[in-house]
Amino acid sequence: MTISIQPQDNSPKESLQPKGWMTYFSFSLDHKVIGLQYLVCGFIFYLIGGLLASAMRIELTSPISDFMPRDVYNQVLTLHGTIMIFLWIVPVVNGGFGNYLIPFYVGARDMAFPRLNAVAFWMIPPSGLLLISSYFINGAAQSGWTAYPPLSITTPAAGQIIWIISVLLLGGSSIFGGINFIATILKLRRPGLKLMNLPMYCWAMLGTSILVVLSTPVLAGTLVLLSFDIVAHTGFFNPALGGNVVVYQHLFWFYSHPAVYIMVLPAFGLVSEIIPVHSRKPLFGYTTMVYSILAIVVLGFVVWAHHMFTSGTPPWMRLFFTIATSFIAVPTGIKFFNWVATLWGGKISINSAILFSCGFIINFVLGGITGVTLAQVPFDVHVHDTYYVVAHFHYIVYGGTVFVIFASIYHWYPKFTGRMLNENLGRFHFALTFIGFNLCFAPQHWLGLNGMPRRVAEYDPQFAFVNQISTVGALLMAISTLPFLWNIIQSAFVGEKSGDNPWNALTPEWLTSSPPPVENWLGEAPLITKPYGYGLKEESEKLVSEEDIDVNLTNQ
Amino acid sequence: MSTRSALLTFLLVVPLFAIGIWIGQNINPLPIDASTNASVYDELFRVLFSIGSILFLGFVGLLTYSLFKFRRKPEDKGDGLAIEDNLPLEILWTAIPTIVILFVGLYSYDIYDRMGGMQSLEHAGHNHESMVSKERIWGGIGSGSIGSTKESLNKELFIEVTAMQFAFLFHYPKGDIISGELHVPVGQPISMRMESKDVIHAFWVPEFRIKQDVIPGQPTILNFTPTKAGKYPIICAELCGPYHGGMRSTVVVEEQKEYENWFEKNSKTPITKT
Repeated sequence: MTISIQPQDNSPKESLQPKGWMTYFSFSLDHKVIGLQYLVCGFIFYLIGGLLASAMRIELTSPISDFMPRDVYNQVLTLHGTIMIFLWIVPVVNGGFGNYLIPFYVGARDMAFPRLNAVAFWMIPPSGLLLISSYFINGAAQSGWTAYPPLSITTPAAGQIIWIISVLLLGGSSIFGGINFIATILKLRRPGLKLMNLPMYCWAMLGTSILVVLSTPVLAGTLVLLSFDIVAHTGFFNPALGGNVVVYQHLFWFYSHPAVYIMVLPAFGLVSEIIPVHSRKPLFGYTTMVYSILAIVVLGFVVWAHHMFTSGTPPWMRLFFTIATSFIAVPTGIKFFNWVATLWGGKISINSAILFSCGFIINFVLGGITGVTLAQVPFDVHVHDTYYVVAHFHYIVYGGTVFVIFASIYHWYPKFTGRMLNENLGRFHFALTFIGFNLCFAPQHWLGLNGMPRRVAEYDPQFAFVNQISTVGALLMAISTLPFLWNIIQSAFVGEKSGDNPWNALTPEWLTSSPPPVENWLGEAPLITKPYGYGLKEESEKLVSEEDIDVNLTNQ
Repeated sequence: MSTRSALLTFLLVVPLFAIGIWIGQNINPLPIDASTNASVYDELFRVLFSIGSILFLGFVGLLTYSLFKFRRKPEDKGDGLAIEDNLPLEILWTAIPTIVILFVGLYSYDIYDRMGGMQSLEHAGHNHESMVSKERIWGGIGSGSIGSTKESLNKELFIEVTAMQFAFLFHYPKGDIISGELHVPVGQPISMRMESKDVIHAFWVPEFRIKQDVIPGQPTILNFTPTKAGKYPIICAELCGPYHGGMRSTVVVEEQKEYENWFEKNSKTPITKT
């Protein structure tokens, strides 16, 4: 391990964070402020999306449509999907943690384009409010987050157009962020820091940003064409005017399948940061982890039509996409084995961060297995568009990514605030979330196999009992938010002081004060070539004693 | 790897496989199989369920074990072993998913072929050339009979399906019957040509394990052979508007005699018995 850190100046720490809470409501150019803005804003939208989910689960408690009108149900499911994807998961795992961590990881003082960064964030709250307000104007879009024509052309136009505008704005924000991450990771690295020395999250964000930059414009173009069909009565996707509805699906999924990796790869990166720290072991198989991220990026572009196996696709296309999709399991499988190998033989602190990370591994393995089954054409033709699929993708994006977001908040909260979160509340939160989540979504596999289609407000009465179990699970998930909210709010004021590096971590963001100074480091940024050098005792101890700094292992 | 740990691994892996295979073979979460497709589908399902159970239980077991075995003792502030990689191990767990995927892929190709997925297009073209000749038709899975021979093609029952918000209409060209319920005789290969009048719908019979979108401006075909008499739901599986959840119909699979009775009662043109 080679650390060449300037001894940290222990003189009075002036201006640690931008002064005053009002900064967080301003057009700040500080990547740390922007990162937290993304996180908090995303979390507020998560609460809104969660309320919508609860409303749907309440509707589904009984087999008849009795809680809300049918068209409102479709609006709610459209808003739920759109909010959770475009306003919570994508902005938080990319924009939130990315902005906060990437400059630290590359040894920079800020992102490559700070102003673009602030613009990218400030596009989100207005588009989110616009999207939600459409419900109160003339009814929100009601064609699902996929907005398949001709349904999206024939449902009330106002809601659909507002939906398109806000998704375009959010896509724009995402592209700006992606360009910024690519530039920062490739061009702003501290001298001497090689790509293969970077923490894994950088690789994940590099891969994700490539996906964002290459695929989001396709979605934007598609939605512009769709809006022409709605407003100007053109016929791109309108069969009544000679358009082709299947072409829309190809274009839509060309973005929206990579979007799954845009939501999942950063989570892989974050978990790769958390597990080594708390198990006190180097990340197992760094090189294979990097290559498997790159493999997922490349394969991610050639699997989109597995969403269309029942749409009307020729046999050769079905087979090609079956094989391509199945093969994504290989790099993904490697990553999971590597994480378990990282835990193996470690000295694992069983805290909230590691519990949520392990919850992620269990949920995602199940979601991945159902994913491989869904990739098989003959299997998919039965369960496509059913609750089996609903269960599968919630295991991926909630059981996977959202669990990682929680793990990351437990892990980096001391960095953000200089205070620890309450550990007992954290474990309680984990238990409620894990039980609630599995109670909610595991039974939905059965529902799908037995004949319950997705996106319905009413269903065959024989499914009532299992749906009620699922609703109880959803209720537990809703309740689980409360201890978490209480924890993050009260700990900011009365939480135990964490010190600069409570986990004795070696990744660069911990080798400065917590919360960090405006310029990230008071001196020069440290050169960390082995961000996971746990257990390499002699070297680190030697370094520490030589340079007489209290940045890492000797801290506690 | 020492002999002892090899033996231990072996002793753990064997029951894991046994449990996984047992789960796949004995737990059946599927509804009854009422078409030739369904029994083939269930074979695939059992294999995937077994493999999935082995992988899932194995992974969860490994993870839970490491969490217990390697948890930090309260007084221990040291680091774990600094193992950064291990080439043979990494080759092993690149090989595991690769082999599983190759096996699953080949097996499901075989299943797909047995379901008639590879021939459905020519199949439709041959039989109903007048109707589909110039159109580009995209097919659903499922030829009706097992190994659809020329004979079975010839005695296929052809039905036209029209979907609209929020109903299915079934048109039997032979007797010029229009029905809201699908009536089919047991063991009879059925070929359906489907088109939508408004938005995208999907024709799904869970008991037949088949689904195909019904698309406006783009006819699709779907073939199947029912094998068990009974009434099964037809469900629209593609979001099609406010009453999507209520868009259901019934397929009545009945013995040849009952079917003929129904057919005669509703037929507008006299039937020429074959």
